[in-house]
Amino acid sequence: MMSPHASYVLRLGDSSLILGQRLAEWCGHGPQLEEDIAMANIGLDLIGQARMLLSHAAALEGKGRDEDQLAYFRNEREFRNFTLCELPNSGLEKGKTQAGDYAFTIVRNLFYSAYQCELWTALASSADSTLAAIAAKSLKESRYHYRHAADWTIRFGDGSALSHQKAQRAVDALMPYTNELFATDADEAALVAQGIAASSADLHDAWKCAMEAIFQEATLKMPTDSGPSAGFISQGKLGLHSEHMGFLLAEMQSLARQHPGARW
Amino acid sequence: MKLNSDSHHLIGLLGSIADPEIPVVSIVDLGIVREATDEMVTITPTYAGCPAMHAIESEIRAKLDAHGYSQTAIRTTFDPAWTTDWMTDTARAALKSYGIAPPAPAKQLEQSGTVPIYFPACPQCNSRHTERLSEFGSTACKALYRCVACREPFDYFKAL
Repeated sequence: MMSPHASYVLRLGDSSLILGQRLAEWCGHGPQLEEDIAMANIGLDLIGQARMLLSHAAALEGKGRDEDQLAYFRNEREFRNFTLCELPNSGLEKGKTQAGDYAFTIVRNLFYSAYQCELWTALASSADSTLAAIAAKSLKESRYHYRHAADWTIRFGDGSALSHQKAQRAVDALMPYTNELFATDADEAALVAQGIAASSADLHDAWKCAMEAIFQEATLKMPTDSGPSAGFISQGKLGLHSEHMGFLLAEMQSLARQHPGARW
Repeated sequence: MKLNSDSHHLIGLLGSIADPEIPVVSIVDLGIVREATDEMVTITPTYAGCPAMHAIESEIRAKLDAHGYSQTAIRTTFDPAWTTDWMTDTARAALKSYGIAPPAPAKQLEQSGTVPIYFPACPQCNSRHTERLSEFGSTACKALYRCVACREPFDYFKAL
């Protein structure tokens, strides 16, 4: 069992790692060459964040584990990423045969990168100086991810009837999963009091404002039955994942587990 | 940058190592060497996920070993975060003649919450009449642009 401090850093690292892995699935399958490259680049940035954060979590834990052991040799229940990050690129509708839904991917990136910009800004003044340095570095990259996702959300939402419909469908499907991003718990509250963590609940207002401004330009509607008060809070950060997580881990971890210590 | 009596020589050695992705720019001119003493060479990644860091570190190790600095350790840090403002004028000029538009000043980014869209001058014909084709280019550090005047596509090294 990690300390609340290590566990908090692990949560941040796991979310970036798992979304980085999801975005990497677009490599070679993007809807156009530039976007294929964009997804690979954003995924790589997120995996870079994950490497710094998992290394830091391992150091805080102090049991001699490293980033690779945390990434490749933990089981599903030990992962602490937001459920939002593990959802499949194809979206959540049953019976879909399409491998990837780009509106779903973009809207998820919008929600997560906007959240990250708020989070990193707050954590840049964390009492944990290593975490503050990781936040300052990551913020610069997350701003580019956010701009990319915002541009495409506006283009889809204010585009053709079909692109609008797909973007709205993605917003409606994903919004409930954002509640988890802003849910606070006792461990986090204690870390906030020590000046280490950012209060998740405090990030919500600025995030929602930013989303509303983009939705307005994109002619998209904010779902009315969502928001933290609506009741549904996914529990990935507590280790309880969706049915999609196991498949993602199987793909991500199989090589390291079949060939422990493998090197390029 | 932390320096001592060996630093001048060391900077010269490290200055002969090119960035693996952009071979016209040295790792010193790119601003990723943060410390060079006989005890320690400190480097910092451009982007957190930059896949070139391992290659750079092994090239530094080989160079140090070949010149009697096998006792010198190599350390990677990300604090303070690398910024394109650390790039030297030599690097900027080399990028431009290589066909990559050099980055705008990054300081402004820190102050504004979002990243303003920047239209760099075309490295071929110097026209400012350029358009962005893609936010992300052939590596994490670049975006893809096209010059409206001469129609040439080009990479822009994003301000960070």
